Parts: sequence; structure tokens; C-alpha cells
Amino acid sequence: MAKISLIVNGNPINANVDPRTLLVQFLRENLRLTGTHVGCDTSQCGACVVHLDGKAVKSCTTLAVMADGHEVKTIEGLAPDGAPLHPMQEAFREHHGLQCGFCTPGMIMTAVDIVHRKGHDLSEHTIREELEGNLCRCTGYQNIVQSIAAGAKAMANSDLA
Amino acid sequence: MYEFKYHRPATVRQAANLLVKNEDAKVIAGGHTLLPVMKQRLANPPHLVDLSHIEGLDSIEMKGRSLVIGATAKHADVAASAIVGETIPALAELAGMIGDPAVRHKGTIGGSLANNDPTADYPAACLALGATIVTNKRRLKPEEFFQGLFTTALENDEIITRVMFPVPKKAAYVKFRNQASRYALVGVFVAKRPSDVRVAVTGAGSEGVFRVTAFEEALKKRFSHKVLDGLTVPAEGLNSDLHGSAEYRAHLIAVLTRRAMEAANAKA
Repeated sequence: MAKISLIVNGNPINANVDPRTLLVQFLRENLRLTGTHVGCDTSQCGACVVHLDGKAVKSCTTLAVMADGHEVKTIEGLAPDGAPLHPMQEAFREHHGLQCGFCTPGMIMTAVDIVHRKGHDLSEHTIREELEGNLCRCTGYQNIVQSIAAGAKAMANSDLA
Repeated sequence: MYEFKYHRPATVRQAANLLVKNEDAKVIAGGHTLLPVMKQRLANPPHLVDLSHIEGLDSIEMKGRSLVIGATAKHADVAASAIVGETIPALAELAGMIGDPAVRHKGTIGGSLANNDPTADYPAACLALGATIVTNKRRLKPEEFFQGLFTTALENDEIITRVMFPVPKKAAYVKFRNQASRYALVGVFVAKRPSDVRVAVTGAGSEGVFRVTAFEEALKKRFSHKVLDGLTVPAEGLNSDLHGSAEYRAHLIAVLTRRAMEAANAKA
């Protein structure tokens, strides 16, 4: 077992984990943060995307021990409990950027990362290119792209990062 | 995944000592090849030595006339680096074409080279640019370093520390992706160096990355895609699989070299 300390959604966490525990397993099974999903489990689909030190990564391809000393943000950490949704979440709701919703947490975490790197005015082409690592099997992406464009703009006027 | 012991050395020396002590240990940095393989139980190293917390190993800087990239520099960092963009923009573009944004936030140049996947992008850049691969023990030219599919000259306790790229006069990389895996079905890196021209191909060779000397000789006389007219690559020694025949790959090499030439000349 290995001792790890990390910050998850702003909360300091200390835990004892088997080194082979994936970050996504640790989040879901130890911390019960089940918003982060396991889709393909082969680094392709992006359902497991979380932010590690502010950058989008696939938590199914990261060991929990590798996150020791680092900061993780999951879909649960985007907006405080009971508060209004994060603008990107709100944009997905408003523009119906989902059908079954399984890929949505990863889509939203990736979308927020895109805004951090590329700014608030995102072209359709940029969004589609940047979604290379997030698969949706329901929607055909049209509404996801619209949601991200709208969410990016809304984030410019929000206190939530 | 099978059980293993995790080590997080603070220096390259500590990492190398761990590799000496534990013969079957594997080095991990981004983990984007090793972890998927371990999850499938195709690899079961009893020890993992994590290089990703060694300070300074991910630096990107100019030293003399060479661009020096640390082994744990991530693809996203190389793609976004102002220094790389100014000196070897083709290399920044190549890094920006690897995997997807989340993969680029974790995957490293050292990991890509040490793995020597026959469809990886960085090996083509190293071979075309005449890079020097520096380890904790020695300096290797790409011709010595790459030794066939997933095989390199690296010894058990040898760790890549940085890669030195001499700055070329012109360069470009063009990749034709497999539509499903998004890996290079064929990728071609052309570089006009002070002394010669190099054309390196990834994705196509059954022994990994290789150079097309016939193209290089023609391009050395005149650095224009026009001199490639009528030149072809033999299909012998190229991969043939359900994604494309050797003949198809040979054709693609010629087409992509032409496109890379146009891109290299358009940048000047």
C-alpha cells in the first residue's frame, strides 16, 4: 500500500491505496465521486476526464499514486453544492448537449479545459478538433458543439473558472 | 493490472539506482502506453519508477544551435512552447498532432522515444532532424538508438534525459492518420539541414522508422517537391495489414513527402 495526499475539489485527502489503483477508481470507489465515468477504459473515449493541476487528463490512464501531491478537480467540483450550475454545465442543459448523459461529465471537463487554453470565443472547427479525445455515441455532436461555444462565452462573465 | 511497487525518485541518479537494484523495473512518465498495456496484463513489471517528479527534466531551451527538450516534457508543452514554435515549428506541430488534448497533457517525448512504437511521430522527427538522444550514460544518434519495432539501444538501467535537435533551415511533418486509431498510417518528416536533406518515414516500415535516401538525394540537389516527379518508394519492407497494403503505404510516402515539401517551403 502507498500513502497519498492530494487535493480533490478543494478538499485535502489522505489515503492509503494499492499502487495499481487508477485515479478514476480512487475517485469513484474511495471518494464516492461517481460523476467521473469509466467508458472505454482504454484512454480513447474521455468519459473519465478530470483536471489534474488544472489540465484535462484521462483518469483511467493515471495512477492514483501519480496524483500524490497534486490537485484534482472533477465534475462535482465545478460548482459548489446547492449553488447554481457552472456556466458550462448550464450551457449543456440549455442547449441539450446530451442524450444519455454518460459522456457528459468528460465532455464538460474537456470543454472547460478548452476554454482555459483557447479562450472564450471558440470556432466550431476549434471545438470539433479539440473534442478528438471525447466520444459521444448518441448525439452526433451538433448540440455538444453548440453547448461548448455558448458555455465558453458564458464563462467570460462568471466567477467560476 | 498485476501488483507492483511504485517508486518516485527525485533525481535521475536515484532513478537509475532503482533500475539497477530492480532488474525488471519499468520506467514510467506519462504512462499513456505503459498503463494501458499493464491494464491488459500484457506487461507486469514488479516495480514502476516514476520520472515525472524529477525537477528540471521537462525543460525546453536553446543551447547553442540546438533546441534541447527534456525527457519528461509533455507533448502539450512542446506544442505550445514559444521557443519550439520559433526555432522548429514543424516539431511543435508534430507534438500537437499526437493523440488528443488529454493524452498530450500526460505523454512525454522521452516516453515516446523509449517505446519506439512503429507508428509514433517523434521518431521521425529525431531521424530527419539528426537529433542526439542523451541518456544518463551516453549520447546516441537516432540511427543507433532505434533498433526495430518497440526496440531501442537503451540498456536496463539507462534513462533518456534529453533530446537535442539541431535547428534546420526548413522542416515539415505531414501525417496520414488511420481513421480509427488516429495513429500514423504513414507520417513523413522532411528537414533541410545545413549539410543535407533528410526524409524520415514513420508508420510504414516493418522495422520502424526509416529514411528514404532516393528522395533525399534528389531534394539535396534542389529543395522542391518538383524533383520528386517520377520517384517512387519500393513496397518491399513496408507494412501490409487490414488498414492498407504495402503498395498503398509506398504510394502514401510519395504523396506525403510532396505535401511535406510544399509545407516546408511555404513556411520560409
